[in-house]
Amino acid sequence: MQNHILEKYPVNERSNLIAILQDFQQELGYLPESALRDISEHVKVPLSSIYGVATFYNQFRLAPVGKNIIRVCRGTACHVKNSANILVALETELGVKAGQTTRDKNFTLETVACIGACSIAPVVNVNEEYYGRVSVKEIPKILSKYKKELPKIKNEETASVE
Amino acid sequence: MKSFIETCCDQCWHTLENPCELFVACCTEGPLCHQNESCKNKFKNYIDQLTYKSQDLPVIFIGMGTCGLASGADKVKTSIETELNRLNIKASIVPTGCIGYCAKEPIVDIKLPGKERISYCEVNVKDIPQLIDTAIVKGGIYEKKLLGGFGKGKDGIRNINEVPFFRLQKKVVLENCGIINPNSIDEYIASGGFKALDKTLRIMSSEQVVQEIKDSGLRGRGGGGFPTGTKWELAHKKQAEQKFLICNADEGDPGAFMDRSVLESDPYRVVEGMIIGGYAIGASIAYIYCRAEYPLAITRLLNTLQKCREYGLLGKNILGSGFDFEIKIKKGAGAFVCGEETALIASIEGRRGMPRPRPPYPADSGLWGKPTIINNVETFANIATIINRGSAWFSSIGTKSSKGTKVFAISGKILNSGLVEVPMGVRLRDIVFEICGGVPDGKKFKAVQIGGPSGGCLPESVMDTEVDYESLKSVGAMMGSGGFVVMDEDTCMVDVAKYFLTFIKNESCGKCVPCREGTKRMLEIIERIPVSYGHNSISINQLQRFKGIMHLNRLANVIRDTSLCGLGQSASNPVLSGLRYFREEYEEHLFERKCKAKVCKDLLVYEIDPELCSGCGLCVKKCPADAIVGEKKQPHQIIEAKCSKCGMCFETCRLGAIAVN
Repeated sequence: MQNHILEKYPVNERSNLIAILQDFQQELGYLPESALRDISEHVKVPLSSIYGVATFYNQFRLAPVGKNIIRVCRGTACHVKNSANILVALETELGVKAGQTTRDKNFTLETVACIGACSIAPVVNVNEEYYGRVSVKEIPKILSKYKKELPKIKNEETASVE
Repeated sequence: MKSFIETCCDQCWHTLENPCELFVACCTEGPLCHQNESCKNKFKNYIDQLTYKSQDLPVIFIGMGTCGLASGADKVKTSIETELNRLNIKASIVPTGCIGYCAKEPIVDIKLPGKERISYCEVNVKDIPQLIDTAIVKGGIYEKKLLGGFGKGKDGIRNINEVPFFRLQKKVVLENCGIINPNSIDEYIASGGFKALDKTLRIMSSEQVVQEIKDSGLRGRGGGGFPTGTKWELAHKKQAEQKFLICNADEGDPGAFMDRSVLESDPYRVVEGMIIGGYAIGASIAYIYCRAEYPLAITRLLNTLQKCREYGLLGKNILGSGFDFEIKIKKGAGAFVCGEETALIASIEGRRGMPRPRPPYPADSGLWGKPTIINNVETFANIATIINRGSAWFSSIGTKSSKGTKVFAISGKILNSGLVEVPMGVRLRDIVFEICGGVPDGKKFKAVQIGGPSGGCLPESVMDTEVDYESLKSVGAMMGSGGFVVMDEDTCMVDVAKYFLTFIKNESCGKCVPCREGTKRMLEIIERIPVSYGHNSISINQLQRFKGIMHLNRLANVIRDTSLCGLGQSASNPVLSGLRYFREEYEEHLFERKCKAKVCKDLLVYEIDPELCSGCGLCVKKCPADAIVGEKKQPHQIIEAKCSKCGMCFETCRLGAIAVN
């Protein structure tokens, strides 16, 4: 139960729904069913509508994520500068497709519509850090940085995402 | 004096509860209610300090917007701090926003006491010891990374505005970006901020504000180009107990980042514009709907709003005028369609961000059924300047139908990417070639994509078009939010159309049929163009491909005419403009089965040149299809039947032994 999050928001106030979902996701990394039920009780909106909102927006995830979240920017500028290849390279390197998590729960690979750092395209964003002008050759180097880190530090980093 | 909330002496009676209407004017010209030389000096000294006219210590400015941070501004800052500590030099370090020259980030400015501010670009950690030694210890100029100075060029340093990138620009919205500290409200006030708010609340009635904006000819900078003054007038005239104002900072267009930059570099300007807007239409609550993908912008906005509350510029009875105004931030959750105003309203209300038919327009019935005005970040950033300098000044800039300046975000295959603010009416050619330096690496320019997924790709032949809302529409693009993505000969236009359609298909909210089904069908047709059906191809697939192309134009027109919101109505633009200007390229894909740009992978053949291949085996490891075979240290081979044409081998090969045909 994440009652301390719900306490911040008034009961029966639907307009805060997205903010509540964002807070839950920030704390848990994803939105488990139990959380959606609690939220539904709190804002007095049917669970089905909450599910509708949670699945509408790209930000929300209904499945747990890995310790490190890799986001590949797929904006126009990045596309023109071959971000599709970067994505393929990451997919082969990690052995998962975009939107999936590696088996060791270390990495989640995602795509994002545009990070807004088009001037240094193509951009890859790992947790809070941005990598600009990435080439396929650099990918193993970037990944190795996160493979070495101790699990404890990684946990904290994931919590600070968003 | 350390802050403007400090009172100069006992005679100043300004408090948050009982605010003085002259507070802002007093900050820059004060004291106004009493005559006292020492008080006057206090203000003057503080202003000089804030504008860095007089300072005891060297000041180092570091561009710390998202683009700067991604280029390593953080590391540069740490390195500067360590170096200063090592040499035992005292200096103040000021983080600024982005000056717009993103290609040259990280940008570091140094100002020594009594000297002009000098800007250095592409500074990396290795430069720091030398930079500090030359520019601070010796007081000289570090020529290697010099960008320009902010002075009159007395010391033989060219003014920063003489740099080709800045020469043709006219900065109105970006005036303070990269110059002032975006976290400091005092710096904003010292550089002339909140003067317009002061003028509006003290001298102008809400009708006058609306009229002034109407006279200025300002049009919405979010893309549609609806006259802002007319919109405000509608809401102003509407009788309601509660009205709302919304700032649309849901900059979802891939390739556009001007709103992010303005929010990160000069957030007070946007907030000032919003307060004036709220006063004009009679709203007391406003929302900023900002993308969650812009964490830095949100942090800076939260800080801005907090400071404004402390200064009494937000909240109850602003500057003693009796006007109450509060701004709240709503974080978006990653849905492109929420940039559409009715969808944005739905999202603020906590529902799925789906648009609804208009009318009724939000100005009549918007957020919770109340009259609501929605304007873009850049529109609000223009307001203060219009009030300060007058509508006549503003409407003297630009073309007959489009007034003022417009910020463009230039990226892609271009030498100088970044933010460019130009007066309306500048030719596209000037922006791409004069300001941004054209295409790098000696490649040939092919097209510029304007206006994100709703815009179109324009070829060389229409580059003499002047930038304004109408002329861009007439050549098949649209102003959109102002993203310019430059493409060179290595970009395939069929692939670009496919990219945009994939984007639109994914972002379509699914409410109306033409957009939901139509974009999917259109994507299928485009996807079929560059597919190789191999040797045993079934002829029916080829037939379908031709049939699809024949219907593409009609389908695009139907989607445009029948969709519910702007997303669907403009969804076919990338395809239509592609067919209009790059028909040959489509035909080449269809009939000759060739992609000259070597992008459409299915039409390519990968081969290893046995003379160049050393047999290192790197490509074997990378190949996801296990299509590469060969003995160690012997030239390898690609089995064409297995090859998935992903191009990974080409990317990884260090010897350039892989040929693409």
